[in-house]
Amino acid sequence: MATLTVPSAVPSVSEDCEQLKKAFSGWGTNEKLIIDILGHRNAEQRNLIRKTYAETYGEDLLKALDKELTSDFERLVLLWTLDPAERDALLANESTKRWTSSNQVLMEIACTRSANQLLHARQAYHARYKKSLEEDVAHHTTGDFRKLLLPLVSAYRYEGDEVNMTLAKTEAKLLHEKISSKAYSDDDVIKVLGTRSKAQINATLNHYKNEYGNDIIEDLEADPKDEFLALVRSTVKCLVYPEKYFEEILRQAINKRGTDEGALTRIISTRAEFDLKIIADEYQRRNSVPLTRAIVKDTHGDYEKMLLVLAGDDEA
Amino acid sequence: MRKGCSKLFCEDEHQFERWNHAVLTNLKAEFKRFKDVVVLSLMHPWERDARLLKKSLKKGHEQYNVIVEITCTRSSDQLLGARKAYHSLFDRSIEEDLASHIKGSERKLLVALVSAYRYEGPKVKEDNVRSEAKAFFNAIKNSDKRKVVEDDEVVRILTTRSKLHLKEVYEQYNKLSDKTIIEELEVDLLLKETVECLCTPQTYFTRVFGVALSGDANEDEKKALTRLVATQEGGEMKGVVAKFERRIEEKVKGAYKDVLVGVLAKDGK
Repeated sequence: MATLTVPSAVPSVSEDCEQLKKAFSGWGTNEKLIIDILGHRNAEQRNLIRKTYAETYGEDLLKALDKELTSDFERLVLLWTLDPAERDALLANESTKRWTSSNQVLMEIACTRSANQLLHARQAYHARYKKSLEEDVAHHTTGDFRKLLLPLVSAYRYEGDEVNMTLAKTEAKLLHEKISSKAYSDDDVIKVLGTRSKAQINATLNHYKNEYGNDIIEDLEADPKDEFLALVRSTVKCLVYPEKYFEEILRQAINKRGTDEGALTRIISTRAEFDLKIIADEYQRRNSVPLTRAIVKDTHGDYEKMLLVLAGDDEA
Repeated sequence: MRKGCSKLFCEDEHQFERWNHAVLTNLKAEFKRFKDVVVLSLMHPWERDARLLKKSLKKGHEQYNVIVEITCTRSSDQLLGARKAYHSLFDRSIEEDLASHIKGSERKLLVALVSAYRYEGPKVKEDNVRSEAKAFFNAIKNSDKRKVVEDDEVVRILTTRSKLHLKEVYEQYNKLSDKTIIEELEVDLLLKETVECLCTPQTYFTRVFGVALSGDANEDEKKALTRLVATQEGGEMKGVVAKFERRIEEKVKGAYKDVLVGVLAKDGK
């Protein structure tokens, strides 16, 4: 469930654009206005605002925001304003570049989005970067990481609930064998994680636990220093219980000395219009404190305000 | 009707007109080919491709070239459509079925080919073209130690780059060697067909037409002709068909020929 709230009486698009233009004019910037408007509009509305703003003022709204805002607040607003497909394309592209490379973010996008959301991201990637996501991922990753990531970003998984229990048994056994012999990047492991439907993988992992006693995640913790193994673990989590994965990333981002704003911004802006409510509930369950309170403690200023608005905190 | 068709019958000791078995077999084949080309032409292209892929997978290794043909000659959106249709028709994804049923080095190639969503615009990065032509060169040079289809870089390039990019890599390779990539890949048949379909589709179509219309074509080879005619649209096929028009006139008969000629003419091929 989303945490984004949109007022029941939404001002017209031209009104929104006018207000935004006002927020930029004169000395300084009216950040509150920006948060109030953009923080309470859904993707369709934001796209319309961008289009109308460009037609009315001859300037890309995102460029105007870039000029006026700075630092973490700017990053959050820019990421948020994009529609989900473009946002994912941008994050994915960053993840393939040298200084901002991140196998984890690529996996996160590939595994927590629905089949169609991932597809739209791939389409947005073509439009924005004039190449395909898979060619960039293939070109910029090597070895086991490429072996896992390429099928993940290229997948178009079946999304039905139908599950083949016999197959679940066979594949649970297969996974157990490979994991026991530490063959984490074996073709068959990649095949299961990279092609099966989420429902099928879930059934397989349930069977794994029934049959072998352990959660597959426990069996994937053999070597804490093995980065590939860590990626495989996260892949499993993202495919089968993404809210737990996101809760963990948020917890680490907030508890870290000084906060990992990159991760915090990414998760809040990418999940606010999808399942941030479920993630926030999981966060409270696990940490005994509401996510919004943790955000207040750990961040400040306009950045904090925007995060809270997106996380559904109406007081902000 | 029987009176006028003495050719179809032969003498039987029990004195009834028995079907000439050879003629009957031919007749059945003619009608089946006719039915096939009609059904293929009328079905929605997405469903058609999904069913063709499923069938090829079932038939096994000798039909894997059909998987290559479909995944490499369709546009990105057509291939995507086939994947969607596959979900609806078979409650599975095409990539999971391919990954489960195909073994060995060909699995990697075919699964990646079906998963590609290639960029289709005009932009090509020259640096990459050069380095990737070199990668092919090295893989081919070392083919005595390791099959080219098992070279990760070759598979990466063929399964992720845009078709325009691949055509330029193909050209660039010709500067590095006096043989073309296709000439070097005689042993790796599936890989060769992949390169053909992606880089020089005309060569592929010409070859399939030629074989199908030659005197001793087998069933699969003739089916390939039907499939190409019914599934390819204009563009790449134009020049190829013109070359074979006379042979189609000579070799193909009856209702099947009429449909063939009709389908070819309709798309202005």
